[in-house]
Amino acid sequence: MIPTIPTSRALNIIWTSYVALFFVYLTLPLAVVAIFAFNDSQFPSLPWQGFTLDWFFGRSAPKIGVFHERKIMSAIGISALVGAFAALLSVTVGTTNAFLFNRYKFRGRGALYVLMLLPLVVPGIVLGISVLVFSSNVANTVWDAARINWEFLRPGLPLVVLGQFSFITTITTLVISARLQKFDISLEEAALNLGATRLTAVRTVTVPFLMPAIIGAGVVAFLMSFENFNTTLMLVGSDAPLTIAMFDRLKEGSTPLLNAVSLLIMLGSFLLALVLIAFQKRS
Amino acid sequence: MAASARLGFILLLMPLLLWLTLLLVIPHIDMLMLSLRERIGIGEYQTSLANYATIVTEPLYMRTFLRTAVMSVMVTVITLLIAFPVSYYIAKMVRGRARSALFLLCLIPFWVSELVRTFGWMILLRETGVISKLLQWSGLVSGPVEMLYNDAAIMVGLVYTSMLFMVVPLVTTLDSLDDAVVEAGYDLGGSGWSILREIVIPHAVPGIVSGCIVVFMLSLGNYLTPTMLGGKDSLWFTEMIYSQFIVRFNWELGAAFGFMLLFLSSFLVWVMLRLTGQTLERSMG
Repeated sequence: MIPTIPTSRALNIIWTSYVALFFVYLTLPLAVVAIFAFNDSQFPSLPWQGFTLDWFFGRSAPKIGVFHERKIMSAIGISALVGAFAALLSVTVGTTNAFLFNRYKFRGRGALYVLMLLPLVVPGIVLGISVLVFSSNVANTVWDAARINWEFLRPGLPLVVLGQFSFITTITTLVISARLQKFDISLEEAALNLGATRLTAVRTVTVPFLMPAIIGAGVVAFLMSFENFNTTLMLVGSDAPLTIAMFDRLKEGSTPLLNAVSLLIMLGSFLLALVLIAFQKRS
Repeated sequence: MAASARLGFILLLMPLLLWLTLLLVIPHIDMLMLSLRERIGIGEYQTSLANYATIVTEPLYMRTFLRTAVMSVMVTVITLLIAFPVSYYIAKMVRGRARSALFLLCLIPFWVSELVRTFGWMILLRETGVISKLLQWSGLVSGPVEMLYNDAAIMVGLVYTSMLFMVVPLVTTLDSLDDAVVEAGYDLGGSGWSILREIVIPHAVPGIVSGCIVVFMLSLGNYLTPTMLGGKDSLWFTEMIYSQFIVRFNWELGAAFGFMLLFLSSFLVWVMLRLTGQTLERSMG
């Protein structure tokens, strides 16, 4: 069961092939999605009709490529915008949360910590409808009381950002907390001894130490927002982010256009992952 | 100094409290109140359990609810069984570069959205899909085979989508198991099986619990996979929530559905933590 203890040859072979099979299973769906993006056919299926780049660059129907498909391109833009806002908000609050839970002992800390973890065990769709119900209530109350229409509380992009923020913040808090715990507090005390104010000490000593975790949390938050489906589905208005736009397409029937978009998403995520790894290595 | 420390504390507490009360606590209370409201006329409402009574008395709702619960438990168990040998292999059997490479390989599929993963399974499983074509080509079957739009396809998709959330905690906990303990087990005359049962699995319990909680939760609350891979008869509970909210505009009943789902997931998470003596802080934080 461990390398230092001899195991039977048969068991070893079976185990290794099982693990190999597991990785085939893991990569197969993604591989077919990527491969059929280059199939010169109306449908993402066999037989292979030859290689083409039309699903990326094609200009004329029926093969309009991703880069000339207005709706998909604008959906990518919307997703990126929503992701940026959600990441910015959740990283900010995640950082303040990390400082709060690491630096202060106060009554109710344990209860707040558990409450903070709860979004991990609340299904995304429930999170979505609860935010929808509450924001509609507020918007209706404001309308009844003062005849003011708070458009941002109706289904739409601001609400999508808020809904995603509500659970992504738990993740960013955990990531940033984990790094802050490793911080040697005496470094900050040294800065104070040398005459820095509290804020300067945190800004020039602690925050640079936290930077890898902050960047990492930001990238993860952006990806979670970009990929989110459940919460977004309940809060979305007329502007559809990419996952929703692709879902609507997929319901109508699939063309290799969707494969091409998927391949672009894979490449984008891969690049972000590389950035993340490079950044963690450097620090 | 004390005053400024206090100010700092309050400034740090504000965002947390705003986030938790405005986006978590009040919305869920609001949803609960809405689910307890019965419409008796135009713009007239009264507090009652009518929505919950509807759920309990309508066989379709109850059946879907139980079906979703049972299938999510099955998905969790299958994911655990598939992931455990792989996680053990990564944590204990390989070393150095190969180890981190294998671990990274496990993560890669999850850098793309669930939609893309589900789409991949659709291309593989459907009647004109890759597997069907390969089976025909190899002569094993004579006509096209439809493997999509049934419960098995839903399970395949859910297990696939959840795999990462089982593998990562398992590898992390198994990694902390000292080889010497396993060696000691062999020295004392244990067999591979008894060591697995008496040493490895008890050590891995925290990882198993946190993996199972997340996988169960994700399966229960999944909307995309059952919708895309399931057939006409394989309704998922989340699809009913969606249809009440967005299609029928019956928010009261939809909120009651949502609360049932929340209750079910919290209850099973609680049972799992109780049975294994874990706490939410330890298995999640």
